[in-house]
Amino acid sequence: MNKRSMMRLLATGAVATVTLAGLAACAPAGGDTSNEKVTLTWWHNATADPLAGFWQDVADEFEADHPNVTIKVEGFQNEDLQRTLIPNALRSGDAPDLFQQWGAGELAAQVRAGQVKDISADVADQVAEIGGTVSPWQVDGKTYGLPFSFGIEGFWYNKDLFAQAGIEGTPETLDDLYDAIDKLKAINVAPIAVGAGSKWPAAHYWYNFALKSCSPDVLSAAQATLTFDDPCFVEAGDYLTEFLASEPFQEGYLGTTAQEGAGSSAGLLATGNAGMELMGHWNPGTMGGILAEESGGEATPPAFLGWFNFPGIEGTDGDPTAALGGGDGFSCSADSPPECSELLAYIVSVDVQKRFGEIGAGLPVTPGSESGISDTNLQQVLAGLKKATYVQLWLDTAYGATVGGAMNDGIVNLFAGNGTSEDIVTSIQDAVKTL
Amino acid sequence: MSNLSRKRLEIGFFAGPALLFYVGLVIIPIVLAAFYSVFRWDGLGPIVDPTCIDAYAAAGSLGPNYCNRFVGIENYTRAFADPVFISAIGHNFFILALSLVIQGPLAIGIALLLNRKMRGRALLRLLIFIPYVLSEVVAGLAWKLLLLPNAGFDTFLDLLGWKGDKPNWLAEPDVVMWTMFLILTWKYVGFAVLLMLAGLQGVPEELSEAAQIDGASWWQTQRHITLPLLGPTIRIWAFLSIIGSLQLFDMVWVTTKGGPNFSSATMATYLVEIGSSRQQIGFGTAVAVILFVISLVIALVYQRFALNRDLEGAMTGRGR
Repeated sequence: MNKRSMMRLLATGAVATVTLAGLAACAPAGGDTSNEKVTLTWWHNATADPLAGFWQDVADEFEADHPNVTIKVEGFQNEDLQRTLIPNALRSGDAPDLFQQWGAGELAAQVRAGQVKDISADVADQVAEIGGTVSPWQVDGKTYGLPFSFGIEGFWYNKDLFAQAGIEGTPETLDDLYDAIDKLKAINVAPIAVGAGSKWPAAHYWYNFALKSCSPDVLSAAQATLTFDDPCFVEAGDYLTEFLASEPFQEGYLGTTAQEGAGSSAGLLATGNAGMELMGHWNPGTMGGILAEESGGEATPPAFLGWFNFPGIEGTDGDPTAALGGGDGFSCSADSPPECSELLAYIVSVDVQKRFGEIGAGLPVTPGSESGISDTNLQQVLAGLKKATYVQLWLDTAYGATVGGAMNDGIVNLFAGNGTSEDIVTSIQDAVKTL
Repeated sequence: MSNLSRKRLEIGFFAGPALLFYVGLVIIPIVLAAFYSVFRWDGLGPIVDPTCIDAYAAAGSLGPNYCNRFVGIENYTRAFADPVFISAIGHNFFILALSLVIQGPLAIGIALLLNRKMRGRALLRLLIFIPYVLSEVVAGLAWKLLLLPNAGFDTFLDLLGWKGDKPNWLAEPDVVMWTMFLILTWKYVGFAVLLMLAGLQGVPEELSEAAQIDGASWWQTQRHITLPLLGPTIRIWAFLSIIGSLQLFDMVWVTTKGGPNFSSATMATYLVEIGSSRQQIGFGTAVAVILFVISLVIALVYQRFALNRDLEGAMTGRGR
């Protein structure tokens, strides 16, 4: 500890000699800081427009309102940010002030280590306004971050290809889905694109089968106590095995990434090479970004896009209207200046949230901002979210990095044609033992 | 000042900074890693937390034994019980073996060829060496793009006459390690050739001339004169190649991240993926210690039995 604070002191000294702003950032927090110069670092997961540019705009606006604040905004690739950059930055004690926060299990671990700032008092109004959606960003009743977006996932599909294949309406049951897969194969299109190389997109199939196999009570208990004894978890694997046997995915899906370029699963759907993709509400934004990179034009999502919820399964314990969802938020690190929570409050203000909805990057969370959602698909996602009687947070986020990662590996192993439904549950339980 | 103390001062002056760096950046981290490796630790909080209360741990999703984090050798037994880790070790040795068996002879062959006087020799030497100069990330990304289905590499194969279905080079579990070896060979054969060429400059021409006068063919000259005299260079190259194969990380991480489904994972990518990304620092350092011990043992054995005649006097015994 002494060595570290010594290093910090040295580093501080070096920075202070270079910029006045650097000096101010290291000044003790609290008191009236409105006139002192402050530099905020802000890490988010948007690497392409429209979202990347949007966050920069938000930062510029905040700077304009707070002349003493300078904001350094940086966007990183999602998995690198979540799995490597943020954990390492937190560990090293040199964390960004405001950083992307996925909530729940991961947040709990960071809070326990004292790396995240309790902002309950600073954002009490915002918490009251946003309501229950904040709960994944709370630990033991205290607020450690705020979501700026929350939505559920479902199948994004190509309406043109569906029409060409003669698929009427959207699949309501699992059998409908199998039917659609066969029809898409008949017109030589990869029915579903999945980015199994990024692991989680493949894992989400098991999550959805678990959601439709297990009762909400079992799922809540599993998240709280990390027990997975209920047979419904094995059943989820059986449904997945059956689903995989129908060979619904594009060739080489094990090596496909989710969001990088035209060869990714989002890219395959965006360029008309696949019929569907199971993905979160951010997908139109992602696809718009990929298309813009390819063409060099504006970042607009493809016009042929439609959305439907993951079909329910008859005769199971699962709630057919249940939805799997998650959100994106930001947390302030433990040593961040008070301006950090002010910026966070600005990010979730109705005005910013409305514009967030307008760019189609996802569903905003603050009531009153829904009117900004111009994308008809996102309106459908919102309707699905409102209709859902039970919303389960992404399972890997809910269970934390250790258990969630082992679970995803177990599922991808099944995708690769190895292992059994039981093996997935065993790998989860083994990981729980190592906590 | 006496001669002796002056000598000591000199040694201290010249060796001191290097020693300080070596202890600080090599020895201490190794000791720390060995220490971390016997704990179940996520790297977020202090490793031994006297204020930890089991009741708090039980209330959250932190696991039942959250506060008792000393686990002895459990991390090691867990690593060796994990088929993914065992296969990762296998992948390291796969690259190691293929490097020695294919890359080595290939490099020697190219070096012998390029050592002959011929037109365009300088250009050929340059072309073979260029990949080695590229940064690993740049080369890896370029290959990743080239190897996408129906992208550059497949089109090239089409031109060569291989029509029809081709493997998905980086996405098929059975193919990916061979692809990886191809990329690594492309990247590192230039370095091996450079070493061999340098070694060839040390082979006295008189010997080959004498052999030629005695009626030896070009092949016989290479086989009985050049290769034996190239021995020290080959052994050093093999040593570098072995260590490089065991610690293989960058190229795999950039192209596949160890995937699909860990089928190109190496010990190093496994330790980053499971140890760091999963926030299991204790387990990750146990894997790091295993990687270190394997590398150390192989290096020592190799030095003892293969390199000792080359290093005679330099690293063994007292200077003559």
